Amino acid sequence: MARDRQTLHTHDRNNLDVVRPSEFRNHSIDALPHQLEMARFDVGLEPGSECHFSRRIFLSGMSFGLLCGGLGGRSLTERGNGGSDEERYTLEASFYEKLPHKKIRCKLCPRECVIDDAERGYCGVRENRGGVYYSLVYARPCTTHIDPIEKKPFFHFLPGTMAFSMATAGCNVNCKFCQNWQISQARPEQIRSIYMPPERVADSARDSRCVSIAYTYSEPIVFYEFMRDTAKAARRKGVKSVVVTGGYIAQEPLKELCTLVDAIKVDLKAYSEDYYKNLVNGELRPVLDALVTMKEAGTWTELVYLVVPTLNDSDSELQGLVRWIKAELGPDVPLHFSRFYPQYLLKNLPPTPISTLERAKQIADAEGLHFVYIGNVPGHQAENTYCPGCGEIVIERTGYLIKTNKIRNGRCSGCDELIPGVWST
Amino acid sequence: MLALSDTDKSVEAWQQFVKPGQVVGLKVNCLAGRGMSTSSALVEAVSERLQEAGISKENIIIWDRLNSDLERGGFRLSEKGSQVRCFGNDSSGFEQDLMTHGQVGSLVSRTLTRLCDVVINLPLLKDHGITGMTGALKNLFGAIHNPNKYHLNVGDPYIPDVWMLEPVRAKVRLNICEAITVQYHGGPSFMPGWTWDFDGLLVSKDPVALDYFGWQLIERKRREEGMQTLENEGRKPSYIETAADREHGIGNCNPDRIQLVEVNG
Repeated sequence: MARDRQTLHTHDRNNLDVVRPSEFRNHSIDALPHQLEMARFDVGLEPGSECHFSRRIFLSGMSFGLLCGGLGGRSLTERGNGGSDEERYTLEASFYEKLPHKKIRCKLCPRECVIDDAERGYCGVRENRGGVYYSLVYARPCTTHIDPIEKKPFFHFLPGTMAFSMATAGCNVNCKFCQNWQISQARPEQIRSIYMPPERVADSARDSRCVSIAYTYSEPIVFYEFMRDTAKAARRKGVKSVVVTGGYIAQEPLKELCTLVDAIKVDLKAYSEDYYKNLVNGELRPVLDALVTMKEAGTWTELVYLVVPTLNDSDSELQGLVRWIKAELGPDVPLHFSRFYPQYLLKNLPPTPISTLERAKQIADAEGLHFVYIGNVPGHQAENTYCPGCGEIVIERTGYLIKTNKIRNGRCSGCDELIPGVWST
Repeated sequence: MLALSDTDKSVEAWQQFVKPGQVVGLKVNCLAGRGMSTSSALVEAVSERLQEAGISKENIIIWDRLNSDLERGGFRLSEKGSQVRCFGNDSSGFEQDLMTHGQVGSLVSRTLTRLCDVVINLPLLKDHGITGMTGALKNLFGAIHNPNKYHLNVGDPYIPDVWMLEPVRAKVRLNICEAITVQYHGGPSFMPGWTWDFDGLLVSKDPVALDYFGWQLIERKRREEGMQTLENEGRKPSYIETAADREHGIGNCNPDRIQLVEVNG
């Protein structure tokens, strides 16, 4: 059962791409109230009345999910895209520096890979060709789905709306617990993709009644140019953009990104450089700097902290984390403590005990953070949003479903306390 | 091959590594294109010796990461038929299940896992801007789907960890490293200004000993050219020592325990 729950009840990075139809067919719908829309997108079950969004939206989303679920199902064992197709996915990269002898230095993320001719960076999706650096994933999503915005998770950004969600291959880190490693750790030619330029993504989102486009699942930083142009196209059509990222990005591209998107959710994976070095293959400091930049830019930001037993769950680390958040980002940034399940290269640990997640929340609450959630534990009371003024529930959730929403004009309908977030389009 | 084996017959020497009926992969290295790829002349020579040893043409597979790499290296693709076959991992695909060892988790090429019984490793000796040098050990990065993840920390311990993956460990029997024109700086791309004609082949069953000797060759040339050591440039190929440590035990990098036999043609 743990395995099923792992697949079915996790947030964003543990998402649709790992859902397999056979796993759903073994369960009754009643047993899985939080995954209805996810299951139906993938296996085509009839939608029910529990969901907040309309049947029309649901059906259009379902049909699109079915289309792309099929495309995204291609495995690394199959042949890559061939020859001339590659050209239309290729665009000269932004943010790099030319070096002598046809080498380049990538300036997109803090890793700053120095790359020889005919080689790729750590992300695997940007290539030096004769001293010119190219993105190989422009207009090349390997998966698209329509998800509830709560699945990212965003809890303070247009609750109850749907996000047209997409990803390309590639990632600029390599987390040992990655649940989408089949796409994040692959090269673009190793997985099936479709050609979908920015205007078409924006049109698809609008036509399927999605309020936003979510750049998610893998690491959108590595498909920066595609994300940037899609966000511009979406804004022209009245569709918002949200980013789900590890936040390991250089300052210059981040500042530009903040002007183009409406919200960013950052997976802050630990509050320790050792953890970032040993389990993420990245660095903490640039992620913290990125968070401060997002705050300064006024971009709505939420944080997820995946609590991994024994590795990033000590009281001292959690206290350091929440003190830093309060001091640098303020008490109103939503913080989601998310439950870990063993995956990928980290299978020797048990799922996070719920008591550990509750301890983390207690530490954050005690430090004075206002919106601390527990994720990947369906039905837990800490899925709800509580008004910091009167203590009453202002948004009641079950999984990805909004049961009640008592926020009016951005304020608690009971006591008129301001609830920070983006509540209307 | 006679010097490497305990026989004075060429066919018997090769048959110490391959048996009639087996499928033999020749893992070349064509990333840098013409001028710094495993040469077709060497591959043809090895292929002829294999056929003399009882391996049929269609049971010889010239193999690298990508079809485009092979073509840029001067090879003609051939996936089927009665001739020697030649194709990249993009033709054969990768296994679905992750294989892991130490710090490495990768999908492995089906050419290695399913098609080949034996692999003869045919790398080049080159300087490498990140991992210091590249020779026999690193050439098997071409057998996994995500080599870009494993260049951190001069490839240490990732390069030995890839070698520890079961199909690599089990199937790579012989290493013939082309050191005819050697890149001693500026690699892994072909930089003609930093090459010299060593005019040699380094042949060993032990990839660690081979790489250790190749590393020393590169260092010697760099000294002659007044260049800094790889260590002073922050890219000492420490992965060679790691490959020889107790945990990996892939081979030997103690010069006192490496027997060097020079054969002049």
